[in-house]
Amino acid sequence: MILQQLVNGVALGCTYALIALGYTMVYGIISLINFAHGEIFMAGAFAGLLLVAYGKLNLFLALAGAMLVSVLLGIGVEFVAYRPLRRASRLSALISAIGVSIFLSTLAMLLFGANARGFPEGTFPSRQIDIFGAQISSLQLLIIVTAGVLMLALELVVKKTRIGKAMRAASEDYTAAALMGINVNLVVTFTFALGSALAAAGGVLVGVLFNAVSFNMGLHAGIKAFAAAVLGGIGSIPGAVLGGIVLGVAEISGVALGYSSWRDAIAFAILVLVLLVRPTGLLGKRIDRKV
Amino acid sequence: MLIDPYIQQILISIGIGVILAQGLNIITGLTGQLSLGHAAFMSIGAFSGALLTIRTGLPLPLALLAGGVVPALAALAVGWPILRLSGDYLAICTLGFAEIVKVVFLNLELTNRAFGLTVPQPETTIPLPLLVLLAALGVTLFAQSVRSSRFGRALMAIRDDEIAAAAAGIDVASHKLQAFAVSAFLAGVGGCLYAHVLGYINPSDFGFLKSVDMLAMVVLGGLGSVPGALLGATILGAAPELLRFMATYRMLVYGAMLVALMVFRPNGLLGGINLVEFVMRRSGRPPRRTGGSP
Repeated sequence: MILQQLVNGVALGCTYALIALGYTMVYGIISLINFAHGEIFMAGAFAGLLLVAYGKLNLFLALAGAMLVSVLLGIGVEFVAYRPLRRASRLSALISAIGVSIFLSTLAMLLFGANARGFPEGTFPSRQIDIFGAQISSLQLLIIVTAGVLMLALELVVKKTRIGKAMRAASEDYTAAALMGINVNLVVTFTFALGSALAAAGGVLVGVLFNAVSFNMGLHAGIKAFAAAVLGGIGSIPGAVLGGIVLGVAEISGVALGYSSWRDAIAFAILVLVLLVRPTGLLGKRIDRKV
Repeated sequence: MLIDPYIQQILISIGIGVILAQGLNIITGLTGQLSLGHAAFMSIGAFSGALLTIRTGLPLPLALLAGGVVPALAALAVGWPILRLSGDYLAICTLGFAEIVKVVFLNLELTNRAFGLTVPQPETTIPLPLLVLLAALGVTLFAQSVRSSRFGRALMAIRDDEIAAAAAGIDVASHKLQAFAVSAFLAGVGGCLYAHVLGYINPSDFGFLKSVDMLAMVVLGGLGSVPGALLGATILGAAPELLRFMATYRMLVYGAMLVALMVFRPNGLLGGINLVEFVMRRSGRPPRRTGGSP
């Protein structure tokens, strides 16, 4: 029973983590809370749905296609709404991000209607697998494995490639990185692309898991994922993964204990409590105040 | 009332917007502490005020006062631990607080769970729309007086440089807490008016988007600027109505408008403009600088 709930929680947490990674990477480099990130996630879910339903692609190809669509969208949003505000106050960029979010969710409502849509029957064979007495659905396994693979790939990109090194440099000190000849604008674009790809994957997986894709799914998931990023320590990549999984497990445990109507409060109560004890999150760096 | 009910409704929504925006401006604009959960204080004010009028038949002015005091006390209680968090950690904590308040109200018997409360039309000597506008005016004057007071200048010092402010002898923690409480008071008054004007409130009305609405008003007008908050609230209070002819495209245009305004006026419409100085210069008197403008 406990193992069962743990798996449920980890599967949910993995989707939060996939979205949270985008928040945390962007924040780490340009200190922007990218409120439109939830809509990128939603756009990815819709792209995946359309590719499966009308493109007749199998789920994994659709996943790749959705990631591509979201990457283009994420880069486009950054270019139009955030790049001109790079030197402006951070709150202006935040409002711009909120504007993008309202724009994209309304656009999705106009294009795809106000009702939630489901993936076609048999998109992914749903089967119950019995592991140590816990009933685990093949969907959950799909989510955990896909998320794991993507996070591993991200880790490799950030740690082993040249652009990953540039990302780490820019997140440590944006100005110094620029002075060292790193094309920081390219780094920012690349970061948005990576984050959007992961969010799109999260979107498709959530869409398949709950069999529902709707225009307003971005807002809610976005807030939760942002909470996960902050819980883990915003700016920290392992922190986002940890934060997502902790929130997912906590929420599912709350529901399992019979507090399902308190579900949303549980995640935030944990967040607030953790921040009071560790003001920079679970894995966040200590910020030294300088004069 | 002589004015057309439709115009009245727009004026009311602007008036309430002004009260909320001036309130949020004190903590976010003047003190520089981003709050993403001001809808929670609005909600607490709305429900406490409404419950008082429903259960005890308290006259509106007293209900408004209570609707301000209760959220102010809540702000003191939650602000004490969370205001020592910095920047965006504070923002997410306020957001979290707002979500928690919403869920609690959705589960409480007292607030009628998810069904919401129906609030009877209060009997007042002045017509309700006029009362809202007068309250908005009063709050704006109050906000201006806060901004130019010693207290307000201390808040701006904290915003500009916390360490320097502390070194100059300002008790940073206590000032932040007071600003938070004042801000919550105004949000509560706004919420209480909202409850009585609309006649119906539901915990779900005071979600994240409500907090975002308020923030957009303040940033649009120009952070820290009192006339700016007035202007921002007026534009965004009227925009949904004025854009109504576009029907379903309304929110699309609204979102695009927010982006465009920020891209072209990153400091808000009135950001960086000191109106008093501007008028004095026009009338040929040399400006006397008191405190910086953002």
